[in-house]
Amino acid sequence: MTPSSSNTSFRWPSDRLLLWLLHGAASIAGAIVILIAAFLILEALPVLRHISPLRFFTDSSWHPAEGLYKLTPMLWGTLLAMAGSVLIATPLGIFSAVFCHYYAPQALARPYRRLIELLAGIPSVVYGFWGLVVLVPLIGEIHPPGPSLLAGILILTIMILPTIALMADASLANVPQHYLRGAAALGLPRGAAIRGVVLPAAKSGLFTGVILETGRAIGETMAILMVCGNVVQTPSSIFDPIRTLTANIALEMAYALGDHRAALFVSGLVLMTMIIALTIAAEWISRGRR
Amino acid sequence: MYRSAEVFWHQIFGSIVAFLLVSFLGAPGSAKAQTATDQLSGKLVITGASTLAPLIAEIGKGFESLYTKVRVDVQTGGSSRGIADARQGLADIGMVSRAMKDEEQDLHAFPVARDGVGIILHKDNPVQTLSDEQIIAIYTGKITNWKDVGGKDAAITVVNKAEGRSTLEVFLHYFKLKNTAVKAQVVIGDNEQGVKTVVGNRNAIGYVSIGTAEYDESQGVPIKLLPTGGVNASTETVRNGTFPISRPLHIVTRTPPVGLAKAFIDYAQSKAVHDTIKQQYFVPLAE
Amino acid sequence: MGEDRVETLNRTQNPREWLATVLVWGAATLVTAIFSWLLGDILWHGLSHISWAFLTAPPENAGRRGGIGPILVSTALILGVCLAVSLPIGIGTAILLAEFTSAQSLFGRVTRRSLDVLAGVPSIVVGLFGNAFFCKALGLGFSILSGGLTLACMVLPILIRSTEEGFRAVPVSYRLSAASLGLSRTTTLLHLLLPAAVPSLLVGLVLGIGRAIAETAALIFTSGYVDRMPESLLDSGRALSIHIFDLSMNVSGGDANAYASSLVLVVLLLAINGTASWLANYGLHRKIVTI
Repeated sequence: MTPSSSNTSFRWPSDRLLLWLLHGAASIAGAIVILIAAFLILEALPVLRHISPLRFFTDSSWHPAEGLYKLTPMLWGTLLAMAGSVLIATPLGIFSAVFCHYYAPQALARPYRRLIELLAGIPSVVYGFWGLVVLVPLIGEIHPPGPSLLAGILILTIMILPTIALMADASLANVPQHYLRGAAALGLPRGAAIRGVVLPAAKSGLFTGVILETGRAIGETMAILMVCGNVVQTPSSIFDPIRTLTANIALEMAYALGDHRAALFVSGLVLMTMIIALTIAAEWISRGRR
Repeated sequence: MYRSAEVFWHQIFGSIVAFLLVSFLGAPGSAKAQTATDQLSGKLVITGASTLAPLIAEIGKGFESLYTKVRVDVQTGGSSRGIADARQGLADIGMVSRAMKDEEQDLHAFPVARDGVGIILHKDNPVQTLSDEQIIAIYTGKITNWKDVGGKDAAITVVNKAEGRSTLEVFLHYFKLKNTAVKAQVVIGDNEQGVKTVVGNRNAIGYVSIGTAEYDESQGVPIKLLPTGGVNASTETVRNGTFPISRPLHIVTRTPPVGLAKAFIDYAQSKAVHDTIKQQYFVPLAE
Repeated sequence: MGEDRVETLNRTQNPREWLATVLVWGAATLVTAIFSWLLGDILWHGLSHISWAFLTAPPENAGRRGGIGPILVSTALILGVCLAVSLPIGIGTAILLAEFTSAQSLFGRVTRRSLDVLAGVPSIVVGLFGNAFFCKALGLGFSILSGGLTLACMVLPILIRSTEEGFRAVPVSYRLSAASLGLSRTTTLLHLLLPAAVPSLLVGLVLGIGRAIAETAALIFTSGYVDRMPESLLDSGRALSIHIFDLSMNVSGGDANAYASSLVLVVLLLAINGTASWLANYGLHRKIVTI
């Protein structure tokens, strides 16, 4: 739908001025990403100039003080924590939206939705603080040391759950009523109707929700920093501590100088690349859908 | 719900207005009381070690109440940041939470307090002492179970500090270790995170600023400080110089300090701030 | 919303149906339990420390005692800067994308893609950028201004997306009637479309505020650590979330006030979210525009 289909040309002077102003605003908004990328590259250049980019993957470890810059373990940390939390949060979030729409009594659905909305806005510091004093000791009792990939996955799950739950909730609300009536008329039981009719109809909204939560899972910093243990290693079990790329920046940025600082900007570039890849993938998949 | 939210906003708004009023109306009143010391004015930017930041911020508040036209801005970071900012002139004064290195002799350093670095365990851990060799073996991964050092049969969780922290440098320097050789299970940022990690894990070993640990111990937090080299870890042994792992806390300037910076440094080194230093659980320098 | 449940659905009792019911109720119970635990923990530890004095007094002894007065003011100022910058740019961009650019035009496509990416950029990366650009390159230093501008970058995509939806929801007939009356597009926009899009603009605004007020990572590198009452926008000011982080991670004995500050933040968010959903509902009943 193109609302500008009304064929009025811009014959008023005020219209031309307005259009200039709007183009100015949009240019600023659109340029921010380019500016961010440019500054990341600019600040990363000092280290990229005399170290081959390959070394960020082939060095023996991450010890910037001793000139070793391996990023791969942290890349794995980020990817594993993201994958784990998305895998748990997606079904949980969709179930919780289905609960809101089709299972909960009216008196329960509304406060439940309020609760989820509140959780969407709670700062990561608060989640991290809670994870550190409650969740981590609990995991430590089961399998030491406690701060671990598992703790990270669980805390991330809790943090991204509202995103997918709210998105799923909104897309279920958009499924036309008569779809369900039709299913009911065919004698389909409730669960089967939801599985066979509602969820496929809401697919594209659910998909957007998954993309959004994945973005949040990649970008989360403070809570992850507090519960993951921050040891730079490729984990061999979910009880091993990990460090993510974002935690690495937060942990060392204030202390870093020279090449070390530039290497942290390289971590930032890697994160940015992941987000761009995610956006392109989302675009590609949704285009394939159409 | 909107009603309570509305009330809340009214309160917040009220408090903001009240504060603006106080800060605009209150300032001239207090300035009158101290006309004698009013000639100093301006802003002093101090950056560097996170260990020192709360202390210097408190000293700064004392200084501001003495000279009402002066503002002291403290930004946290690390010792290396304090050095770099002071060198480049980004900060008037840098904070460094360790001894000065040879290549840093171009800066003018002024010690303001001392601090020790102590090994901490969970209170329920039966181990009472560890020799230096045992600690080195634990941190390099040669001993991985408490039963090898007289404890129960449980895996040791080694807590290390993140790269760039002075506490890490002081610790590594005393035990003559390289960070690449340390096999840690948890890497932490600031002191309090270390304490919380050890509290949450009965089999953890970590090292933190002694002041922090001593305060937490006195508040009933279940940790204990281990003696090092046969000396009890406490602010008292740091004060009398017998505790082996200790560090001076410095503030540094690029050029010999004059004017405002000099006044602040004189104040930070004076006896007037000893109570503040003790309040932040550091050790004042001997008179 | 929420009234769209269909009671006509057949509730046949077969094992798969039973399993689905158990799963859905189980998930909802789990989610509620986890979050009640979390909120209960904050409430339990924080409530006893909240008082009028706590909300207004300056922090003492590195935040262990005293209150959070200056920190609330700094937080409000950072938010103010953020909104003052992001609102005009955001609304302008949304109008352009929704009203004046076809979905196929190059400019529209590029702008929309770059906003999609911006929405996903991790806050810590935005923080790095803010530090390099606003603090260093523009020479603003650690200041409320730098912090607010950095947050504006983060809030823009949310604001634009939501406002754009609002404009698209206005029926095309509005524009056609206005055009047939010979109104200029500026007049149409200001008197017809903008009022109709206000509800969804407000929702986007409130969501953006929620995101900004909860932000920690981006502010550490930009607005700084100073907990004094700020005197100008170029002063460094500590935001509430940074205060919580410092109290729980760097200050021994700061836990009690960290819990209390968290509770204040949660209550603030509750107020903002409440406003958002109220505005959203209110907006649904108010589609008729008066000029």
